[in-house]
Amino acid sequence: MEKPVVYDNGLNLEATELRLGLPGTNEHEKQSSTSVRSKKRASPEMAEETRSKSSSCISDADDDAPPPKAQVVGWPPVRSYRKNSFQQRKGEAEGAGMYVKVSMDGAPYLRKIDLKVYKSYPELLNALENMFKFRIGEYSEREGYNGSDYTPAYEDKDGDWMLVGDVPWEMFISSCKRLRIMKGSE
Amino acid sequence: MDSKRKMDSPESNVLTRSSPFPDEVLERVLGLVKSHKDRSSVSLVCKDWYNAERWSRTHVFIGNCYSVSPEIVARRFPNIRSVTLKGKPRFSDFNLVPLNWGADIHAWLVVFASKYPLLEELRLKRMTVTDESLEFLATTFTNFKALSLLSCDGFSTDGLAAIATHCKNMTELDIQENGIDDLGGGWLSCFPENFTSLEVLNFANLSSDVSFDALEKLVSRCRSLKFLKVNKNITLEQLQRLLECAPQLTELGTGSFHQELTTRQYAELESAFNNCKNLNTLSGLWEATPLYLPVLYPACTNLTFLNLSDAALQSGELAKLLAYCPNLQRLWVLDTVEDKGLEAVGSSCPLLEELRVFPADPYEQDVVHGVTEMGFVAVSYGCPRLHYVLYFCRQMTNAAVATIVKNCPDFTHFRLCVMNPGEPDYLTNEPMDEAFGAVVKNCTKLQRLAVSGLLTDLTFEYIGKYAKNLETLSVAFAGSSDWGMQCVLSGCSKLRKLEIRDCPFGNEALLSGLEKYESMRSLWMSACNVTMNACRRLAKQMPRLNVEVMKDEESDDSQADKVYVYRSVAGPRRDAPPFVLTL
Repeated sequence: MEKPVVYDNGLNLEATELRLGLPGTNEHEKQSSTSVRSKKRASPEMAEETRSKSSSCISDADDDAPPPKAQVVGWPPVRSYRKNSFQQRKGEAEGAGMYVKVSMDGAPYLRKIDLKVYKSYPELLNALENMFKFRIGEYSEREGYNGSDYTPAYEDKDGDWMLVGDVPWEMFISSCKRLRIMKGSE
Repeated sequence: MDSKRKMDSPESNVLTRSSPFPDEVLERVLGLVKSHKDRSSVSLVCKDWYNAERWSRTHVFIGNCYSVSPEIVARRFPNIRSVTLKGKPRFSDFNLVPLNWGADIHAWLVVFASKYPLLEELRLKRMTVTDESLEFLATTFTNFKALSLLSCDGFSTDGLAAIATHCKNMTELDIQENGIDDLGGGWLSCFPENFTSLEVLNFANLSSDVSFDALEKLVSRCRSLKFLKVNKNITLEQLQRLLECAPQLTELGTGSFHQELTTRQYAELESAFNNCKNLNTLSGLWEATPLYLPVLYPACTNLTFLNLSDAALQSGELAKLLAYCPNLQRLWVLDTVEDKGLEAVGSSCPLLEELRVFPADPYEQDVVHGVTEMGFVAVSYGCPRLHYVLYFCRQMTNAAVATIVKNCPDFTHFRLCVMNPGEPDYLTNEPMDEAFGAVVKNCTKLQRLAVSGLLTDLTFEYIGKYAKNLETLSVAFAGSSDWGMQCVLSGCSKLRKLEIRDCPFGNEALLSGLEKYESMRSLWMSACNVTMNACRRLAKQMPRLNVEVMKDEESDDSQADKVYVYRSVAGPRRDAPPFVLTL
């Protein structure tokens, strides 16, 4: 049996092109194996978000317009229980920086910094020192910050004010909601 | 095997007996044959062997629930303790089969209640199971031990409650990937306090909270528990407590792997994993972050199967983790690991046999990440034992696939999904025919193949000519004409399952396989060029085939939009819903 499809440059562009067919060109459409041929009609029970128009909806396509990439029912063949977890993942992964407010006792207005820019506490503290023009003392687990009137603190997810520096950096980044430079000893 | 000898076959009289062994010996010996394919062969040898085999059979596997009736099964096999049943066509996983299509287990249970009252195990795939059925199961079969439901629908957590309440000897409850109504986690609390026999518990895909107190107590008292897969509501802190109770676990599915822990809690979690020296399978790990993955490291030494398909890891995190998994044989990941992550697979997992890469964003059109042909090639260089692959990607080349199968000639399962339908080789712009040609020429052991990309009839010529061991073929948006499908039907002598969607195959192709379909389990064709008349002809000429058609709304009368053909000794379905036309 002959194979009717002919290739120029290895790609059957004609077959993939969607257009309003004139009467008599129907055979040509039928043999275009590479166009998305799903007839897009899913049963009413299938209330899937993927049920949008398919690109084989010939009457919608313009002459010479490239086939729109629309979703097809059940393609790619991914199970629905997998699909549900994707939505959540998207929400978490996106984030253009992690900006938190920084207040300094006595300063007239607050600042904002992007925590994602820093890789460690010394980097962060250095940046804060430069932003507010002050010096922070030496950190020790026993005594907090020694040698200065200023102490950096942060508000965590539970709403508690914590001393900056006690927990591992990654944990700090994920729980820090805002920063505060406290002045004076308490 | 204490089967009673019934004199229901006069042929097994002493005078006509061909075997020199008494029947009891024959049954005892044949009883040791486990594989159902071997048993099928055994039963064809002679009448004596057929009888001995059927009396000694305790497990029956039915690949298509409509190919046979429960009465016929019970008549042939009197001593069944374990049943595996598959129902709907596989494309129902992708919403191509409407709800209420059928494959309801209930009729089977009713027959089993009278013929197999001692039934112990039921494993179902793509069947409809109602709460009533589960309740019936739980209250009727007093010896019932193991229930596994994969990709089933029709039940709710109430049905699970019935199972937990009534099945006193339960060893296995495995609820995977089902479309169920999750009405709450109370079912878990239904296991009685004196219940201790559980060995397998999998509720990973249920969404509501179970009582952690009930779960912890259950895990503590079931000393033989080997597989535990919890859902994502179980926190790290809770997981640590479960691991303390059950360090003997061999398969673990964690809950959510992201929670703020104090340093002490982190250390306790590390220590708990350190004590799990018997783990060979690990899954779950929802929302895993780099901070907590290291607690897994000590437990990974003996891991053979790592399922990361719910954890969107980046390449660096994966690489670090894999360094601790030298014995890995099976790995499932998301394509967030990208090619770089797959390079790490190639360099860290020399014993790898199976790789599945799932798409994190299958419906995004403008995604630039994910994996490409490079990742696959990298794995093939590092993992010569690779024989099972499922790979979702957005670009592929003929040359890459040729390299891959040259490195790994032992493929038994090759499932490549280039996600944009009709996508050519992105470097040469040619069809991907040569890629699949290379697969079938090089991989003589190939049993299962899924093709994708821009494909002409040439792909199918290659498949028909070379894929002599092929049993399952999945085709979508491919081929040029009937000739392609005809090549497959005439060339692939061992073909059992053929599923086709959105291809230009029509009546001539369908009808060229008349006799072939009787040697196959089933054929599915949807959105192809098949007409109702051709289907009627097929049905008329092949009475031992069931030919079923489902029409889409708005399609014209002559088109057969979805065709499902399968062999059956049970005749046409009697439970077909109105939208399934039996021809």
